[in-house]
Amino acid sequence: MEKLADYGIKPLAGAKKPSGGKWNVMEKLFLGLTLDQYIGQVVRNKFNWLLAAIMAVGIPFIIYRFLFGLGAVTHASNDYPWGLFLGFGLFCMVPLSASGFMLGTACEIFGRHDFEPIERLALLNGLLGYFFAVIYLLVDLGQPWRLAYPMVYAWGPAAVLFLVGWHVAVYLSVQVAEVSTSFFEWIGWPRGKEFIRKGTIGLTVSGIILSTLHQGALGALFTYAPGKVHPLWYSAEFQWILFFTSSIFGGLCMVIAVSTIVIKTMAWRCDDRFKETLDDLTIKLAKGASMALITYLVIKIIAVAHDNEWVYLATGWGAWYLFEILSGVIAPMILLAYGIHHRLVWLVRIGAFMAVVFGIVLNRLNTALIAFNWKLYQEVPHVAEAIIAVTIFVIYIATYRFILNRLPILYAWKAQPDAVPAAVAVSASPEREQGTPARA
Amino acid sequence: MSKVSRRKFLAGSLAGGVAAMLAPVKKVLASGDFRGFPDGMGVLVDLTRCVGCRSCEAACNKEQGLPAPDLPFDDDSVFDETFHHGTQKRRTTEKAYTVVNRYEPKDSDQPVYRKVQCNHCNEPACLTSCFVKAYTKTNEGAVIYDEHVCVGCRTCMVACPHNIPAYAYSKVIDPVVKKCIFCYDTRVSKGRPPACVEICPAEALTFGKRKDLLRLARARIKSSPEKYQQEIYGEHTVGGSAWMYIAGVPFEELGFDTTLPNEPIINNVKGFLGMVPMVLAIWPALFTGFHLLATKNKDHDHHDDSHTGEGEK
Repeated sequence: MEKLADYGIKPLAGAKKPSGGKWNVMEKLFLGLTLDQYIGQVVRNKFNWLLAAIMAVGIPFIIYRFLFGLGAVTHASNDYPWGLFLGFGLFCMVPLSASGFMLGTACEIFGRHDFEPIERLALLNGLLGYFFAVIYLLVDLGQPWRLAYPMVYAWGPAAVLFLVGWHVAVYLSVQVAEVSTSFFEWIGWPRGKEFIRKGTIGLTVSGIILSTLHQGALGALFTYAPGKVHPLWYSAEFQWILFFTSSIFGGLCMVIAVSTIVIKTMAWRCDDRFKETLDDLTIKLAKGASMALITYLVIKIIAVAHDNEWVYLATGWGAWYLFEILSGVIAPMILLAYGIHHRLVWLVRIGAFMAVVFGIVLNRLNTALIAFNWKLYQEVPHVAEAIIAVTIFVIYIATYRFILNRLPILYAWKAQPDAVPAAVAVSASPEREQGTPARA
Repeated sequence: MSKVSRRKFLAGSLAGGVAAMLAPVKKVLASGDFRGFPDGMGVLVDLTRCVGCRSCEAACNKEQGLPAPDLPFDDDSVFDETFHHGTQKRRTTEKAYTVVNRYEPKDSDQPVYRKVQCNHCNEPACLTSCFVKAYTKTNEGAVIYDEHVCVGCRTCMVACPHNIPAYAYSKVIDPVVKKCIFCYDTRVSKGRPPACVEICPAEALTFGKRKDLLRLARARIKSSPEKYQQEIYGEHTVGGSAWMYIAGVPFEELGFDTTLPNEPIINNVKGFLGMVPMVLAIWPALFTGFHLLATKNKDHDHHDDSHTGEGEK
C-alpha cells in the first residue's frame, strides 16, 4: 500500500469517488483500487505470505480435529481437561478484549470525547477478541453443536459457566451493535447508524455490567478447583476481582499494543486525526492502565496475605510467581509511570506489551495450565494442539487486518471526497469532521 | 362478569399468595446446609481388608458394558504401571469407572490396595459446576448424569476434587463425560448393591445407608484402635460423600488428598455468585448516574467527530 501511495493512489476512505459517483460494495472491498492494483499489493506484502503459510499448515489440523475428535490433536488428558484452546484462547483473549467496554465507558458514560479517535479501535478489538475466544471454545468443546443448550434447552443457572456462556453471548451481540456503526457508515446506511447511536448509553451500560460479571466469572471458574490450582494463583475470595482488575489493564494495554502495531505497519490507513492524537491518547490510556495495575498488585498481595501463603514464596513456585508479578505488573508499572511522567511514548508501549504478555497471558496460562494440578505433574501440550491454537490466532490477525483496512476504524468516513468544499460536506452530513485539510 | 366473581378471584389470589409466602418459610428454615439425603445409601471401603484382586474392576466393566481392557483383570502387572514420569498411578478413564491401585506405605510391611471410583459427594462439585444441569444427586445418594445434554465443556472434570470424571476423547460424534454412576439404573435404584460391592470376596466393601455406615465405621475403629486410623475419609471431606474409606495407615500415604477443605466445593464459589445479582441491580443506575453527573452542563451531542481534543482538564 505504501508503494501505491508513492504513485499518488489513495485508499478508499469515503462514500463517493473524487468524480462524484458512489463507490459500490465490490470497489469498497478492493479499497477503491483496480483488481490488478489490489492483487499486486496483497502479493507484495510479505506478511500476507507468512499468514498464508501458517494457515496452510494449520487449517488441515483444524479439519483433522473435527474429523477424528479432540483425542487426535491433544493428549486427551483427564487430569488437564482444559488445554491451550481454553487456557490461551478463552482465558487470555477475553481479558485482552476488555478494551471495548473500557473505552466505551470513557467516551460515552464519562463524556471523554477526546478518546474518540481510538474508541472504534478499542471496540473492534473487543468484538474480535470475544468472537475468536468463542471460536477457540468451539474447537475445544466436545460437542460444539450443543453450544446453545445452556441458552435454550438445559439450564444450569447456579453454575459459573452458565453466567459466562450467557454473558459472552449477550456481550458479543452488544459489541456487534457497537461496531456496526462503522459498518453502516461503510456500507452506506445512515439510518442503521442513527438507530444504534440512540441506544449507545444503554449498550454501553450493559457492556459494563456484562464485562464486570463475566471477566470476574472466568476467575471464579477456578474457585471450583481449590485442590488443583496452586495456592499462590488461587483465592476463593478474590479470584474474580483479580481477573476483573487485570482485565482492565489488559484491555487498555492491548489497545496500546494494537495501536502501536497499526501505526508502525498500517500508517497509510490511519487518518491525520488518529496519527496526531495517538501519542497523547497512548499516555492517557497508560494512566488508566497504571491505576488498574496498582489496584491489581495490591489485591494480589492481599490475596497472599489473606490465605497466609507467604511460605510458598520461598519455593520454586514462589519464584515463578514472583517472576510473573515482576515482569507482568511491577515492571510495566515502572515503565508506564516513567513514560507518562517524561512523555516517552515508546517506553509506555514497551510497558504495555509487557503487561499484555506477562501480566495477562502468563498469568492466565499459569492459572489454567502451569500451576494447575501442581500436586500431580506438568502437562506439555500436544504439538497439534499448539499448531491449532497458533492458526486460530493467525486467522484472528488476518480478520483484524481485513476489517481495519476497510471499515472506518482508524480513519473518519467521508461522505464527500476531499476535493469538495467543506461547507457542502457539512450540510450533506453532520457526522463529518469539519474542514479536513486536503492532502497532497 | 359480576362483582362477586371478581371478589372471589381476589380472595382466591390473596389466599394463594399467603400460602405461597408461608410455604417456603419452612423450607428456608430447614435448609441452608445440605449434608446429603437422610436415607441416602453409601459404601464403606475398608482398606485393611482389600486384597487387590481387582474383581470389582471386572464386575464394573461387565455391569456397565465397558470395552475389554488391554490387560486381563487377573493380571497383577497393572499395579506396577506408572504414568507421567512415575508420578501417577492409574486413574479412572472412559473405559474404567473404577480402578484399584497398590501402595507400599512406610509404616506397613504389607502393600495396601485402594479402590478409586466416584465418591458420590453429598454436594457434588461436578453437579454445581455444570452449566446444563446434566448431573443429579438422587435420593438414593447416587450422582448420575444425563449424557444427552452434555456439551463437553469438561468443567466438571476441573471441579471434581477427586479427579474422577473422565472424558470420551476418542469419540468424534458423541463425546461425553464418563464416570461411575453407583450402578444407579440397574441396581441401586432397585435397592440392590452395586456390582463391585456384590462381587467383593474380601468384604472390603459394605453397602448400606450412609448414616448406618458411619456407625459401622466408628464401631470398627473403636473395637480395634491399633488397626485403624481415627479418621473416616469422606465423612466430612468436601462436604462428605456417599463412599467413605477407613484405613490402617495415614490416608496421604495412599494417594488421598487430605488437604481438601471440609466445606463443599461450591462454598468457594458462593462469594462470586452472591455478588452477581448485586452487580445486575446496582450497576445500571450507578453508571447511568455517572453519565448524568459527568455530562451535566456539557454538550450532550455524541457525534463522533465533534469533540476532538476536548475533555481533558
